[in-house]
Amino acid sequence: MAKTPAKKTFHASWTYEAAPESTDHIKIKEQYGHFIEGKFVTPEEGKYFETHNPATDDFLARVAEGSAADVDKAVAAARKAFKSWSRLHGSDRGKYIFRIARLIQEKAREFAVIESLDGGKPIRESRDIDIPLAANHFFYYAGWADKLAYAFPNRKVMPIGVAGQIIPWNFPLLMAAWKLAPALATGNTVVLKPAETTPLTALKLAEVIQESGLPAGVVNIVTGAGETGAALVNHPGVDKIAFTGSTRVGKYIQKAIAGTSKRLTLELGGKGANIIFEDAAIDQAVEGIVNAIFFNQGHVCCAGSRLFVQESVAETVIDKLKDRIDTLIVGDPLDKNTDIGAINSRRQLETIEGYIAIGKKEGGEIYQPGCKLPERGNWCPPTLFMNVSQSHRIVQEEIFGPVLAIQTFRTIDEVVEKANNTPYGLSAGVWTDKGSKIFHLTQKLQAGVVWANTYNKFDATSPFGGYKESGFGREGGLHGLKPYVKLD
Amino acid sequence: MIPNLNHLTPYDKVGVQERVNRFCTRSIKKSSKTDGLKLALSMIDLTTLEGKDTPGKVKQLCYKALHLHDSMRDLPTVAAVCVYPTYVALAKKELEGSEIQVASVATAFPSGQSSLETKLLDTRFAVDQGADEIDMVISRGEFLSGHYAYVFDEIAAVKEACGNAHLKVILETGELDTLDNVRKASELAMHAGADFIKTSTGKIQPAATLPVTYVMLDAIKDYYLKTGKQIGMKPAGGISTSKLALQYLVMLNEMLGEQWMNKEYFRFGASSLANDILMQLAKAETGFYQSANYFSKD
Repeated sequence: MAKTPAKKTFHASWTYEAAPESTDHIKIKEQYGHFIEGKFVTPEEGKYFETHNPATDDFLARVAEGSAADVDKAVAAARKAFKSWSRLHGSDRGKYIFRIARLIQEKAREFAVIESLDGGKPIRESRDIDIPLAANHFFYYAGWADKLAYAFPNRKVMPIGVAGQIIPWNFPLLMAAWKLAPALATGNTVVLKPAETTPLTALKLAEVIQESGLPAGVVNIVTGAGETGAALVNHPGVDKIAFTGSTRVGKYIQKAIAGTSKRLTLELGGKGANIIFEDAAIDQAVEGIVNAIFFNQGHVCCAGSRLFVQESVAETVIDKLKDRIDTLIVGDPLDKNTDIGAINSRRQLETIEGYIAIGKKEGGEIYQPGCKLPERGNWCPPTLFMNVSQSHRIVQEEIFGPVLAIQTFRTIDEVVEKANNTPYGLSAGVWTDKGSKIFHLTQKLQAGVVWANTYNKFDATSPFGGYKESGFGREGGLHGLKPYVKLD
Repeated sequence: MIPNLNHLTPYDKVGVQERVNRFCTRSIKKSSKTDGLKLALSMIDLTTLEGKDTPGKVKQLCYKALHLHDSMRDLPTVAAVCVYPTYVALAKKELEGSEIQVASVATAFPSGQSSLETKLLDTRFAVDQGADEIDMVISRGEFLSGHYAYVFDEIAAVKEACGNAHLKVILETGELDTLDNVRKASELAMHAGADFIKTSTGKIQPAATLPVTYVMLDAIKDYYLKTGKQIGMKPAGGISTSKLALQYLVMLNEMLGEQWMNKEYFRFGASSLANDILMQLAKAETGFYQSANYFSKD
């Protein structure tokens, strides 16, 4: 008779010594002003706020807090620059954007380290994903700058004017690139507001923009929190708002600009369904589940935070998933071996912990690996909830953290209905060995992105955006040009 | 009993490669690196499998196995020396008194294109000569024709012929074409009584690769969960650098863990790997890279 192997048989015995990325080569100033008309300027009201390393709570820099007067100044600079920038030949605009892309590549290491310091994400991700993708977006849209006539055949293509862009804290530099690159390629000028917890890479990008020789005022960066963003949204000199962030703020923005001629694109929250069929490559699907929910500590709007597993393989998948998350390395974001870094802010950690408490209270079966967490900083272990249903709050609401809600299903129709049974519609994943099943599901799932046998893959050439309360408008690809042009 | 191969979970090549790439980004430094390198060294099956092998060559190889780099302290020895059956007795004599095992290829290595009778004779000869371990090849032609029962029975028969010698079953994954086939062949071998499953003969390209090893480790894990029997793994061919060896160990460490992190359950079939590891260890000890001429080639 075969003996039943003890649980936890496969634990690793060889521990890797700390391999932190060096921070010697990076330059962060003690204090940053706003970047307006090509220069760093002190804020009108003289107020600053601090940005910290979420992994250690260490002070990183003081950053200007934008007032209505600062926003006003930035919008005026953008308006002034629009006259000549919009008339510049596309190939000349392209040259500047190409130059920005190249400079990001040259300083990729520095950007990656600062991104991990300021935001808490593992260096493996900022080094291999965030920064290269940010450069890719600039390269990609630089190429479109002199080909707009081909992007919109038989139409006259004109820029909109001044774009107010508000970006989130989960992919600070990448989101700046998603917003800036198409706006610049199409001849718009920009006022960008980075998130208050992660302003540093955007300010580093301002230095790159200075170095690139981009005409003053084409890109302006005003730092601050919600009030600064509100001032930008409500400024009469702004022609277009592009926002990525929470659905709550998205709704506020839509109300705020109602009745104005401002254009709007919103990329908001999500509660992505990740669907595993019994005929899937199970081990790769398990890896996909991990990547879908624990990528960037789950601070991803398109995270696969609702897992649906076909009942015939549910036990196997869940066992393998538990086994796999036992091996995830949680800790110092700068360590090259870290899989899961720090939670971006104390506030976000409280939100996540709140949801974990709700999940337990509602009777979900929780699983967390016994990994040791650092004492200082904001940390949350990877968390699974089994035995939950569509009626549980942790299934319905976006947690924006490393928390996965697992449900089982029996038939395709059942899982399609459940996957679509959410106010969100940003992303979904389908895992099966059968191609026809994939096409069947991509037609039925209401999600802006459906990944097949993979998850969280991004590419500058591919449009990204949501259905329903996940927003509207597309970023990336040819579609990403559209929100920034007027067509005649 | 022959396993049911109809309901094996499929592998997605792209997904497997992606997972493998993640293992390869692990940064192994300082003491974890020297620990890993020494472990890798202790897992090597130092191999010579050439038509031009002679007693002289085999003696030299055995001496090297016993004296990897005498100027360095605290070095492990390699796990085994792997030769053709005709040199088993000689190798056994040369290695007498040491812990180093003598492994022999058998069963019409490397093609396996012969009768079962001949293969069993080949195996018994090697065992009689004193081989501690037998590395057999499966009949890939029969496997690809779908004659799984034939392959299964053949492995079982060779296992029987091995007696107390350990049996490593070479799947020759470079000829099996798909990862799904690798999984199938692994299942057959394990159920038929293999103590180890091994990727390649070293005579066919591609030999061992990380994705193929991933699939085999995965099969070993599932088999262990199902039966409680612990099967060993041996990637062979093409692993010639320390960096690559460490990547294999990272994969082993994170997939199967502690119980497999030793020479009883994991081997590298390699010939030039040992010297590359010695060079890296010397660098760790002295801080300088030394010329390859300071490391003996046998």
